[in-house]
Amino acid sequence: METLRLLNIIEKNARAEITDLAAILNETEKDVADKLTDLETANIICGYHTVINWDKTNTERVNAIIEVKAIPERETGYDNIASHIYKYPEVETCYLMSGSCEFMVIVKGKTMQEVANFVGRKLAPIQGVAGTTTHFMLKCYKFEGVVLESEEEKNERMLITP
Amino acid sequence: MIDVKELNPIVVNCPPSGIRKFFDLARAVEGVISLGVGEPDFPTPWDIREEAIVAIEKAKTFYTPNQGLPELRDEICNYVKRRFDLEYTRENVLVTVGGSEAIDIIFRTLLCDGDEVIVLTPGYVAYEPCIKLARGIPVCVELKEENNFRLMKEDLEKAITPKTKAILMNFPGNPTGGIMRKEDYAEIIPLIKQHGLYVVSDEIYAELTYEGTHTSIAAFDEIKDHVLVINGFSKAYSMTGWRLGYILADKELIALLNKVHQYAIMCAPTISQYAAIAALRRCDEEVVQMKQSFEQRRNFLVNSLNKIGLETHFPEGAFYVFPCIKSTGLTSDEFCERLLKEYKVAVVPGSAFGKEGEGYIRISYAYSIEQIKVAVERIGLFLESLKENN
Repeated sequence: METLRLLNIIEKNARAEITDLAAILNETEKDVADKLTDLETANIICGYHTVINWDKTNTERVNAIIEVKAIPERETGYDNIASHIYKYPEVETCYLMSGSCEFMVIVKGKTMQEVANFVGRKLAPIQGVAGTTTHFMLKCYKFEGVVLESEEEKNERMLITP
Repeated sequence: MIDVKELNPIVVNCPPSGIRKFFDLARAVEGVISLGVGEPDFPTPWDIREEAIVAIEKAKTFYTPNQGLPELRDEICNYVKRRFDLEYTRENVLVTVGGSEAIDIIFRTLLCDGDEVIVLTPGYVAYEPCIKLARGIPVCVELKEENNFRLMKEDLEKAITPKTKAILMNFPGNPTGGIMRKEDYAEIIPLIKQHGLYVVSDEIYAELTYEGTHTSIAAFDEIKDHVLVINGFSKAYSMTGWRLGYILADKELIALLNKVHQYAIMCAPTISQYAAIAALRRCDEEVVQMKQSFEQRRNFLVNSLNKIGLETHFPEGAFYVFPCIKSTGLTSDEFCERLLKEYKVAVVPGSAFGKEGEGYIRISYAYSIEQIKVAVERIGLFLESLKENN
């Protein structure tokens, strides 16, 4: 089975049914199901998420990208500091970066104040963290390959063409 | 009052396209889901659209040389070398208004009154009318399902007469999805050479070849000077509305074709030509991704049709399946009309592609998996209803 092809399909549509995946990949349902289990066990598939445009719901929600400068530790480098950062549930995403900062952290909160409190009281005091720069996100246009609100019209093709 | 009898009888007697008739029927049905189109559903890649916007902003809005922008023709040569290993230079390229113009001007250039052209059927709807309008005589050779809709040497041999001027081929083919491999062409090349036939090879679906890569008949050096390749941007780059195609041929032929083209058309749309340069330079990856999508949809459609009992083989190219529906006892027209009216799915009767297509239907998979799924479910219900009534 072409594993990459399977991953590419479910990366775009986590809800694809096994029956459909089998038909698309020209494989048996059992083989597809087994392969998915293998990929989950191997932590290659790490979760199945939904892309939600929270701006269209009436929830209070802010996201911030935080640049974190850090000083590496002997033996563990940045990994230990990272784990102190990413274990906070406020942290949605955490990357080790090249460039002017060491970590790029995406944090969610209900209000700007809440995010500011997280940065000031939890993130900045972590040992090894040398500084932070917080950027609040104002609007999400595209997320995980999905344009949230396309200005392009849904262009219908003609019903039948030669 | 117009007296059509005094007008061109070839036009007056030309039957309207069977597709057109079916289009009118389908338009009248509410909530119809169509698997009936012959164009990709992907929006043109953004890189290409942006290039067109820039062309407009920079006022690149004048006529181009008749034959097409030199840099576009150079890029076309690079492309066919890279993808199909064909050697051409810009003198061998004529940029046209889609593959459609190419078909028209080729036959107007090649044919003398009464010349015969071998046409493979079932085939694309425009071929026979264009040959007739150029005062040629189409001679049909049937592509058979048992041969995977390939052209067989013995069938070709039987159709050749002293009046045969050319043969028109379309692989990967609409509506059958059939392709010709190198070894298939090798069988017929000596025959073509022996009779000095021109080969008009419409390779517009070349990029949509699923197992292995496309073989162009122009790759056979022994007949290359008599081969006219038609290709374009519509199917590979999802650019149907941009109306841009091209012909690759011997430069003396191109010079003649260009005479018809310059008086009839002047030049292909300038903005589309600039956009096409971007397509050729920067969009190989998008082409591959669209092809992979089509392949997945093909698998899904074929497996789903087989599951509901409509036996279908895997076509090797284009984006159509062409299953046989003779076991239902219905004609293609009856099948499609009832499917449309009773279950609201539009597919195209095989008979629209020549009488040899009778007993088949063309189902396009240029649709999302979700749309194909709903349509196949409805087709399944229709087949069941037919069984119950028998």
